[in-house]
Amino acid sequence: MSATGETTAKLTALCRDAAREPAPPAFAALRAKSFDAFLASGLPDTRREAWRYTSLAPLAKLALQRPAAEHEPLLSRAHIEAIAPPVFACGLAVFANGRRCPERSGLPTDDAKLLPLESVGSPVLGALVDPKLHPFAALNGALAEQGVLLRIPEGVVLDHPLHLLFVSAASGAASVSSPRVVIEAGAGSRAVVIQDHVSASSGTPQFCNAVTEVQVEANASLDLVVLQREGPEDLHIANLAVRQEQGARFASKVLSLGGRLVRNDLGVTLSGVGAECELDGLFLGAGERLIDNHTMVDHAVPNGRSRQLYKGVLRDRARGVFRGRVRVRPDAQHSDAAQSNPNLLLSDGAEVDTRPQLEIHADDVKCRHGSATGRMDENALFYLRSRGIGAQAARMLLIEGFAAEVLQKVPGAALAESLRDEFRTRLQPASTP
Amino acid sequence: MSGDSVLSIEKLHAEAGGAPILKGVSLEIKAGEVHALMGPNGSGKSTLAGVLCGRPDCVVTSGQVRYRGRDLLALEAEARARAGIFLAFQYPVEIPGVTNNYFMKASLNALRAERGEDPLDALDFLSLAREKMALVGMSEELMSRSVNEGFSGGEKKRNEVLQLLMLEPTLAILDETDSGLDIDALRVVADGVNALRDGRRSMLVITHYQRLLDYIVPDRIHVLADGCIARSGGSELALELEEKGYGWLTPGAGAGAEASA
Ligand SMILES: Nc1ncnc2c1ncn2[C@@H]1O[C@H](COP(=O)(O)OP(=O)(O)OP(=O)(O)O)[C@@H](O)[C@H]1O
Ligand SMILES: [Mg+2]
Repeated sequence: MSATGETTAKLTALCRDAAREPAPPAFAALRAKSFDAFLASGLPDTRREAWRYTSLAPLAKLALQRPAAEHEPLLSRAHIEAIAPPVFACGLAVFANGRRCPERSGLPTDDAKLLPLESVGSPVLGALVDPKLHPFAALNGALAEQGVLLRIPEGVVLDHPLHLLFVSAASGAASVSSPRVVIEAGAGSRAVVIQDHVSASSGTPQFCNAVTEVQVEANASLDLVVLQREGPEDLHIANLAVRQEQGARFASKVLSLGGRLVRNDLGVTLSGVGAECELDGLFLGAGERLIDNHTMVDHAVPNGRSRQLYKGVLRDRARGVFRGRVRVRPDAQHSDAAQSNPNLLLSDGAEVDTRPQLEIHADDVKCRHGSATGRMDENALFYLRSRGIGAQAARMLLIEGFAAEVLQKVPGAALAESLRDEFRTRLQPASTP
Repeated sequence: MSGDSVLSIEKLHAEAGGAPILKGVSLEIKAGEVHALMGPNGSGKSTLAGVLCGRPDCVVTSGQVRYRGRDLLALEAEARARAGIFLAFQYPVEIPGVTNNYFMKASLNALRAERGEDPLDALDFLSLAREKMALVGMSEELMSRSVNEGFSGGEKKRNEVLQLLMLEPTLAILDETDSGLDIDALRVVADGVNALRDGRRSMLVITHYQRLLDYIVPDRIHVLADGCIARSGGSELALELEEKGYGWLTPGAGAGAEASA
């Protein structure tokens, strides 16, 4: 059996275990449908176009288990703050290995409701991600035990960001955590949500396989900041699916700063006229890491606007992928789509693959893409050094400058500042082998 | 004017982009002196400036350079800056994503650290920057933009002069800081430079135009032609060049003035 086949078998066994236990009421249908899909597809291998660059070898090496029923030594506030600095004054909800830690969560506002998805359910659950098309989403659905539903009622404006913190914290074998998130942004609402993934275990690599579904109703505005800042050996696979109604605005910042293998599938459907999305990403790779980004923006109706800016910084033998798809359907006249993927390679062994895929079926549209992969600008480096700034500091400054275009767009000065610090810390040469 | 030697270049040969550009340049600048360096396009003026500041693609093949008694060529670019050498770039470099403000503060504090001084905090830095910006007529808005990004040609040059005034170098090298400036800006630059002339600081002013030298009157003028100092003289040399061009100085034309500074 191939390595992928063996891993599929291991994961299938975990799914069977899960299926023997009673499913949470709102997850029953999801579980069944997802398990069937996973049985049918198994894990993808590199022969599948969308997985061409994604070797699952790091996953095959792990002894995998479902998260223990009780989460590991209960995460103390101090512990949480140490691994996920409280970067902003905001509502906090903590999940360990995909299970909620109610005692660690607090919401300063009654305006938004944070509900247990597995008992409350949502029409959005399972509606935006098709497990038949996404094997890891199928795996997530088959294993999901708890989830979070964030419901922002119509017209509500949240003053503070809401921080959803997911901690992988197992010891012993790697546990497969399957966070499931649904965000319902009611018509005319406005909110900033941070979906933050960290790892609290040292030594044992963790595998986080998340699915997030987001429904943005008419004229609502939602900013989603996704932080992937696990350890260098952890695995992170994430599927984020968004549907936007008329005039809705959605902006994501996906910051992939940690993880041995990071795979992001981000799909946005502009299903209401005049919806706008702005998808930004910043990924940082060192060592042998792979950061694999796949976006898909579906302009289904007229007058949609989409923007994508993904920037990669890669060193050592790290590898980055940006495959950005844009589909403009026949009816979607006056669509305006742009994507760009500049990358900075810091060593000869680092690599990046950029593959824009534009499928344009309407004639009156604007569609652009660009990518530029370059090395450190030697002139700029000399300019800084000629002003007394040391070579190492100058390099850091240039890399930070490169990343700034994405980091500057993070909503809220405090959050942006804290993410700049996080990026700077992750950039330290200490993290290079 | 007599004083300690600040810069002493001896029989300097250097390559740029793999080709020999400087072919035996000798030059001495003493404390407090202002020297002008002129010469045709491509004669090697910027290469010389690059060599003095440690530009990696300007490679010295022979000769030596002493700066205040030290072997300058042994120092890294940043160490030279910290030792008081400043180059106003002919083509200032754009640095996306790094604000002018952050950049200049980092630079100033690196130099202060070298002198054993505490770093300036944001407020002290700002008031110093404001004072100098007023001198060069630069709008404060340029401080919060990325370094030189989208600056007009003149704004870039003013930004170089602003750094010159902030960093107060011992030896300032100005590489065509006057090019691309309108007449008013030229005065501003010259006033800024003259403000630094205190009888101790030295300068090497690279220019194509007599006009700058009306404002910044040099102690000596050198003409670089085909990688050699073809002629050195007092400020009257600039007038002669303005009149006759460089043709009569190039080796082909048979002129062989000895470089003696
Ligand atoms: N990196 C490089 N690669 C190739 N050639 C170079 C490089 N740098 C300089 N040169 C060449 O060296 C010669 C001298 O260039 P330099 O810039 O020093 O001239 P300059 O005297 O400053 O000219 P200008 O008055 O036009 O500024 C030129 O012919 C130039 O093309
Ligand atoms: Mg030049």
